[in-house]
Amino acid sequence: MSTPSGPAAMPENLLEISDLAVSYRSRSGVVRAVDGVDLTVRAGEIVAVVGESGSGKSTTAHAVIGLLPGTGRIDAGRIRFGGRDLAGLSERELRLVRGAQIGLVPQDPTVSLNPVQRIGDQVAEVLRVHGLADRRSAPLDAVDLLERAGLPDPAVRARQYPHELSGGMRQRVLIAVAIAAKPKLIIADEPTSALDVTVQRLILDHIQSLTEELGTAVLLVTHDLGVAADRAQRIVVMSRGRVVEAGPTRQVLDQPGHPYTRQLLRSAPSLAVARPAAPPRPAPGRIAADRPLVTVENLAKEFSLPQVAGAVRSVRAVDDVSFSINRGETFALVGESGSGKSTTARLVLRLAEPNAGRISFDGEEITRARGEALRRLRRRAQLIYQNPYASLDPRFSIGEVIAEPLRVFRVGDRASRQARAREFVDRVALPASVLDRRPAELSGGQRQRVAIARALALSPDLVVCDEPVSALDVSVQAQVLELLAELQASTGVAYLFISHDLAVVRQIAHRVAVMQAGRIVEIGTPSELFDRPNHAYTRELLAAIPGGQHA
Amino acid sequence: MSQSLVGELEPETGPDPGRPLHPEPVEPGAVGGAEVRRLIRFLLRRPGLVLSLLVIALVVLAAFWPTLFTSRDPLLGVPADRFQGPGAQHWFGTDELGRDIYARVVHGAALSLKATLIAVGVAFVAGGTIGLVAGFIGGWVENVLMRIVDVLLAIPALFLSLALVTALGFGTVKVAVAVGLASVASFARVMRSEVLRVRRAVYVEAARSTGARWYSVLLRHVLPNAMGPVLVLATIEFGLAVLAVSSLSFLGYGAPPPAPEWGTLISTGRNYLANAWWLSTLPGLTVAATVLAVNRIARALDGESATWR
Amino acid sequence: MRRYLAGRLGQAVAVLWAAYTISFLVLVWLPGDPVSAMAAGGLDQAAVDPAQLEALRREYGFDRPPLVQYLDYLGRAVRGDFGNSVATGRPVTSTLADALPYTLQLTAAALALAVLLGGALALYATYTPHRWLRQLLMSLPSLGVSLPTFWIGLMLVQLLSFRLRLLPAFGNEGAASLILPAVTLAIPTGAMVAQLLAKSLLTTLDEPYVETARAKGAGRIRVHLRHALRNAALPALTMVGILVGNLMAGSVVVETVFSRNGIGRETVGAVTVQDIPVVQGVVVFGALAYVLANLAVDLIYPLLDPRIVVTAAQPRSTG
Repeated sequence: MSTPSGPAAMPENLLEISDLAVSYRSRSGVVRAVDGVDLTVRAGEIVAVVGESGSGKSTTAHAVIGLLPGTGRIDAGRIRFGGRDLAGLSERELRLVRGAQIGLVPQDPTVSLNPVQRIGDQVAEVLRVHGLADRRSAPLDAVDLLERAGLPDPAVRARQYPHELSGGMRQRVLIAVAIAAKPKLIIADEPTSALDVTVQRLILDHIQSLTEELGTAVLLVTHDLGVAADRAQRIVVMSRGRVVEAGPTRQVLDQPGHPYTRQLLRSAPSLAVARPAAPPRPAPGRIAADRPLVTVENLAKEFSLPQVAGAVRSVRAVDDVSFSINRGETFALVGESGSGKSTTARLVLRLAEPNAGRISFDGEEITRARGEALRRLRRRAQLIYQNPYASLDPRFSIGEVIAEPLRVFRVGDRASRQARAREFVDRVALPASVLDRRPAELSGGQRQRVAIARALALSPDLVVCDEPVSALDVSVQAQVLELLAELQASTGVAYLFISHDLAVVRQIAHRVAVMQAGRIVEIGTPSELFDRPNHAYTRELLAAIPGGQHA
Repeated sequence: MSQSLVGELEPETGPDPGRPLHPEPVEPGAVGGAEVRRLIRFLLRRPGLVLSLLVIALVVLAAFWPTLFTSRDPLLGVPADRFQGPGAQHWFGTDELGRDIYARVVHGAALSLKATLIAVGVAFVAGGTIGLVAGFIGGWVENVLMRIVDVLLAIPALFLSLALVTALGFGTVKVAVAVGLASVASFARVMRSEVLRVRRAVYVEAARSTGARWYSVLLRHVLPNAMGPVLVLATIEFGLAVLAVSSLSFLGYGAPPPAPEWGTLISTGRNYLANAWWLSTLPGLTVAATVLAVNRIARALDGESATWR
Repeated sequence: MRRYLAGRLGQAVAVLWAAYTISFLVLVWLPGDPVSAMAAGGLDQAAVDPAQLEALRREYGFDRPPLVQYLDYLGRAVRGDFGNSVATGRPVTSTLADALPYTLQLTAAALALAVLLGGALALYATYTPHRWLRQLLMSLPSLGVSLPTFWIGLMLVQLLSFRLRLLPAFGNEGAASLILPAVTLAIPTGAMVAQLLAKSLLTTLDEPYVETARAKGAGRIRVHLRHALRNAALPALTMVGILVGNLMAGSVVVETVFSRNGIGRETVGAVTVQDIPVVQGVVVFGALAYVLANLAVDLIYPLLDPRIVVTAAQPRSTG
């Protein structure tokens, strides 16, 4: 409790956080995660807290209900809610607030329900804990709540266990838990970031309409400025534990006052769709005699599922897929999880064996290549993974990581490989001092730069980028995409770019193929696809991009 | 006994909040001196660990140079000094023949350490190889090997050791081999699961996709990364082997009587529990201290050192 | 469910067969000449009369080819005949059957004590809000698994029997004589239970669904018992087989320390005189205990964890 500053609570302010400071204790000392945050939520309004990972947005939200993880502690500040300071309440007093007056919709629905308890019991528990229902009425009330949360067949679902429900359905269960006691405020902590885009929109729509109906206020925590733009009346932008900007949505988006907000706006991919940024560099003109670098014809891949009742079942992950990639071009495969886009990429690189179809690389058929032929392909086609940390051997120094492909193909001697590694570190805009460090000492963006350097070390003709930016923060995303485009311009490498994010694809791709359930449903240039989508599924994907409502 | 899962508890396992606020900084330079300083700070915060390292150092010294600690002969009895309690003259007291217990414990370290090292070595080499082969080759080879391992795990380790002792005969080395063979299965298991984990890791596929050959992937990526948990298990196994070897020599299968093996010392003291408490108590405390120290070190290897490296 | 049961049972039988085979390999083939080892009874083997050896060899069927020996012995083992003890001449099966009740008493008492104390320790250690207390409680299990079992027994005897004269030190007469052995055996076992459960509880308490429960306004006890404990007990439950194996092994030492009748004491005697048939019987018995414990867990597990879909092809390893 430092200074009880700030204006006296206006009557319509439901939640009023003033001068909040939260820190975590760790072995290496005390880390301030939230520092002097002021924030208000009025009754019935949706306020979005936007920021990147580590900005303290989630910590702020959790501090409100006293559920800081591990060693977290509130150092100073007040959290006024319903005429009381929540920061000063005991655990016992807080318990009466949680669930009853403030509900929580957590981040990842797939792990936020007790796996060994029935759905209905978990919803009923809120009512029982707060004495809002007795043993007999609670199960019935739970079914009603599940219905309100938009769960089909609520009476059946109530008797099921979480693992029997899809991610979207589980999030509806958690919404039912959150609204059960008719709280005045719901804290939604990245409620949809673990879900597919089309499901995301449905869930957000439902939260919005339900809270409007009940007059509940929502504190929406999100990393996606597009989501905030669509849903919130007011936006609070956080960075490094502080609020850098706050105001009505329109004002924040149209006249951003703080440079960080402007950067966030520029780099938010979903908003870039609404107002297209600079189009990607033009693809190099195809020389008439030049054949495509990669040609894929009628590719198919089946995976067998565990046997059930003796019957062998299989699923077609990739089904009759054909496309070609030209030299120096960026060809994107987009689709939701399970659409087969990653499998297709692995087939092209021969990291998985196709069941049918043909793949040729630079005129040579490689569908069944083995031994030396396969090694020749490896030398000319490289891969960048979604998770840069997992793709770097934790025991290797960065210098060794980048030099490894050179060592594998016996290019030069040790000294010249080290020189080459230094050169590439420089090309991906990292300081030379990282060469001796281990992957764990680097940030996510830096690691992905290292992975890019490794992929380009052998000057390949093709680099497959499997969701290369989806694990990164938005501002870092934009930088990495820029780097990829730059390197393409200077080396003439072709990219096979895998992404679930249409916005990202629009920024970088020359041609785009939309995949659904193992098939390509539509191929075209970004402008064709985004402005005149032919296939219903493409339109659905486009409609699901957050930020559209604002534009 | 040697199967107990000494997955040591980490008392303060809060979730790491450390999503750092400033993700990009990598401070330049300063390796050598800073490493040493960090090591010292790491140790200073853990007095228990320092004590454990000290205990193990003493045991190792006693095993190789027992005369550093005592000049008495462990086998020589002085009838006049029978059943002396612990005191300035005889730190751990004397036994029924007037032999100095402290000298016997010090000289016993060599026997016990030798047996323990043989046991861990046998288990490590045999189990590690089985696990590596199973994990890396896979297919039916893996199936056959791991089924055998499963069966070995189904027989309580002490029973397996006893069967081996029955077949091989008595004596320190044979007991050690029996204890080692009985823990082959757990090593094979950990090694295999580690190899599988690492083999499926994205960075191994990344190495493969850069064109590296299988043996280079195995030696440069899989083995170094799979080794860590196996070494931790070896440390834990060291403590368990001390216990198992001393149990078997307590039961009378170890070194024949005059030899001052730790388990045998405790066993002899059993006959004089009522009038000479120190005979079993103090050698037993030595065993307990050794095992505790080893377990503490294993815990440090397992997790804590990651925070320092 | 029937298929699941049949599958599990089949696996159990296969493990027993393999355990028998391994014991046969170790005890009959490894020594090279089991008969002279048995005849010598742990003494110098040169002292045995060769003609007597030959007779023994014929009696035990070791003059036949190895595979024939094995199949013959296996055939008899299937019918419950593990041969006769070399030392006493009694059938192995009845020797073990006579000793079994004493060992069962001991291990059952120890198991109950271990689960009760170890479980309570783990629950309280993870529940208490006081850091120092938690650290203190958490360090007890690692102490428990570091002490030699036989030494614990001797210390208890020394203190409670000889010093305070509260409890009998030796023998197996009456309930009082069971207390010290059971406590001795329960200490390492309970420590293991506490370690497993506490570790599992700590992991579980960090799960997001625990936060969901707390966000509902549920109290700490409710969260601990209703949400965390049941989920945490599941992985700990799969270790029951190993726990039973440890109890069996521990009973060998404890029965020796307290001079109690039982399987363990029979084993020690048999090993000392290299009574191969008895030792083999004990090894197979150990595997049987492990297999039965795991079978029980397999039956209970689907009832506790709804995620386990009961099919015959359930690929969960026997460990």
